[in-house]
Amino acid sequence: MTAIDPTAHLTDEQIEELGRELDAIRDEVIASRGEKDAAYIRKVISVQRKLELTSRGILLFSIFPPAWLIGTAGLSVAKILENMEIGHNVLHGQWDWMRDPKIHSTTWEWDHVSPADQWKHSHNELHHTYTNVIGKDNDLGYGIMRVDEDQKWHPIHLGQPLWNFINACFFEYGIAAYDLELGKNLHKRRRKNPEFRARAKAVGRKIRKQVLKDYVIHPLLSGPSFLTTLAATFTANLVRNLWSHSVIMCGHFPEGVQVFERRSIEGETRGQWYLRQMMGSANISGSKLMHLMTGNLSHQIEHHLFPDLPSNRYAEVAVKVRALFEKYELEYVTGSLPKQVFSAWHKVFRLSLPNKKPKVQTPDREKELVAA
Amino acid sequence: MTSAALRSRAWKLLELVTTPLLPSDYLDLVSPLRAGADLRGRIEAVHPETPDAATIVIRPGRGWRGHRAGQYIRIGIDVDGVRLWRAYSVTSPANRADGRITITVKAIPDGKVSNHLVRDAKPGTVIQLDQACGDFVLPETKPAKVLYLTAGSGITPAMGMLRDAELDDVVMVHSAPRKEDVIFRNDLHDLVADKKLRLVELHTDTDGMLDVARLHELVPDWAERETWACGPAGLLDAAEEHWTAHGLADSLHTERFRPSVVVAGDGGEVTFSTTGTTVEADGATPLLDVGEEAGVLMPSGCRMGICFGCVTPLKAGAVRDLRTGEITEAEPGVLIQTCVSAAAGPCDLER
Repeated sequence: MTAIDPTAHLTDEQIEELGRELDAIRDEVIASRGEKDAAYIRKVISVQRKLELTSRGILLFSIFPPAWLIGTAGLSVAKILENMEIGHNVLHGQWDWMRDPKIHSTTWEWDHVSPADQWKHSHNELHHTYTNVIGKDNDLGYGIMRVDEDQKWHPIHLGQPLWNFINACFFEYGIAAYDLELGKNLHKRRRKNPEFRARAKAVGRKIRKQVLKDYVIHPLLSGPSFLTTLAATFTANLVRNLWSHSVIMCGHFPEGVQVFERRSIEGETRGQWYLRQMMGSANISGSKLMHLMTGNLSHQIEHHLFPDLPSNRYAEVAVKVRALFEKYELEYVTGSLPKQVFSAWHKVFRLSLPNKKPKVQTPDREKELVAA
Repeated sequence: MTSAALRSRAWKLLELVTTPLLPSDYLDLVSPLRAGADLRGRIEAVHPETPDAATIVIRPGRGWRGHRAGQYIRIGIDVDGVRLWRAYSVTSPANRADGRITITVKAIPDGKVSNHLVRDAKPGTVIQLDQACGDFVLPETKPAKVLYLTAGSGITPAMGMLRDAELDDVVMVHSAPRKEDVIFRNDLHDLVADKKLRLVELHTDTDGMLDVARLHELVPDWAERETWACGPAGLLDAAEEHWTAHGLADSLHTERFRPSVVVAGDGGEVTFSTTGTTVEADGATPLLDVGEEAGVLMPSGCRMGICFGCVTPLKAGAVRDLRTGEITEAEPGVLIQTCVSAAAGPCDLER
């Protein structure tokens, strides 16, 4: 779909060879998973829980500004860790191999308004299978944005920077809505579908519990600090939402990331699937702390190639994956967080307007556009 | 309102505070052995017994309800980061003053858990526990004359009984390959020195295997004795045959450490419908192994069909019991032991 196919220079054999090389990287990690990895995730979970408890404890006195600041900062970090490095990755089954029923994708529930099982379906099955395929991957613009030049422009797209900002602030609700496929299911005919109603009810229950905890019970426990604690939990949720939205935008939105049309994935081989994941994702460079806080989605490319490998291993995998990009002369899209966030937002703004008419076209480029 | 109802209401309130986690998820961080927690234990010491056997001293959590001598416990321990469950006989007496329990483990070739426990287990490690179970125990009224017929690590439940109850007339016939392989050898000889035990110690590398038919040469009054036998399948099969032939099957109690597989199933496609996993399985592999291999969270325990720690609803299809060849077909409420059942055609398990 993108005008110039950056993988055109690869032969079918090369793509299958690439697939085998990626399989080998995956097998190596699986064979060496062990005690250290298990200790890692238990440590992160333990630190996260202690941080959350301490922060909420401090917020009981949030009427004092220093307590508010420290408690809110701590709770924001705890919520980010819970969703990103722990929740997202546990729900991917990255830790299922430990056979610990307390850290398992089938038993985990997270601090998020979308119930784990619904999110697992829309994220693990749909987004990870149909990565960046327009019309199949709801993560791509969340069904409300224009994400590629080849999508037809409509005046409604003028508002997409605003939609995107609102979605960022209330990101967890946006995710719950699109896990429910609200856009599709709110049509009169579908609204009464018992399966949809059951799922909507489950989301309602989850929202009630989350809201009750963050906006009623904890403020009430804070007594005279009721209002300030309410403001603190609201702020922590807002910070978490903005952060996770930014990280996720950086995964598939920056310039240089490819999108694909439905037809292109028919009869896709394993090698071609890998290649689509490579071209459809982008990384964020940064320190160890940055990787931790993004839930290692800073290694989005590696995560998309191997969604169920333990997140603490993506850094070592990235070195090998990057070498493959070089070997096969493919562009490894990566950059610092500010750079990638800017790039993604730039695209949102650019595509909110109709395409600019290209001024000069070389005959070659014209041919490619026709072919695409 | 009763105090129990009050407590449960307070707990419900606490759950609203901790949602989506449970209060116990936080309490487990600081107090994994507390009352009300999932039953766990802490390894306090590891004492070598022989070159390949060791006794593990465990401090059980507050929820431990005690055991009867001869019973076994299921333990879940993380080996290379993977939670594995096995069953071991308790070798400490039921009334041990410090409340600790011990299991004694012999490392078997390729045994992941046994080798880990004997060679790598560290004091301080928290393990998962289950309440003691098994009916390989002494009766309430102590029998006048007792025989323990054991071999190898089969001595472990018998040692639990020996340490637990003072009996007037006890004989033990124990086989091990060599002298240095006899687990608890010093303890046994101490009991002999105190005249609390008559011991027949056979070293099969030099003496040859025990011929149960000639037991009367070693223990002339064997037929008058209530007998507890534990060891390899060959020994137990021979004992059962011998006691039955003499019309004494009622006075023989056996405990098996390994299932004796007699019949393979036909194999088939196995669906774990809760997790939406489907795999092809042959007729000889226990469904427990099939599930674990496929990444399904399977409960497990003794892996030999005795502890029922692995039972799982069979929703559709049929399975074959690897010990008896018996076919079980799906019906509402049918539970199967996945560790001794293989697919007999396509089947669907609720996992």
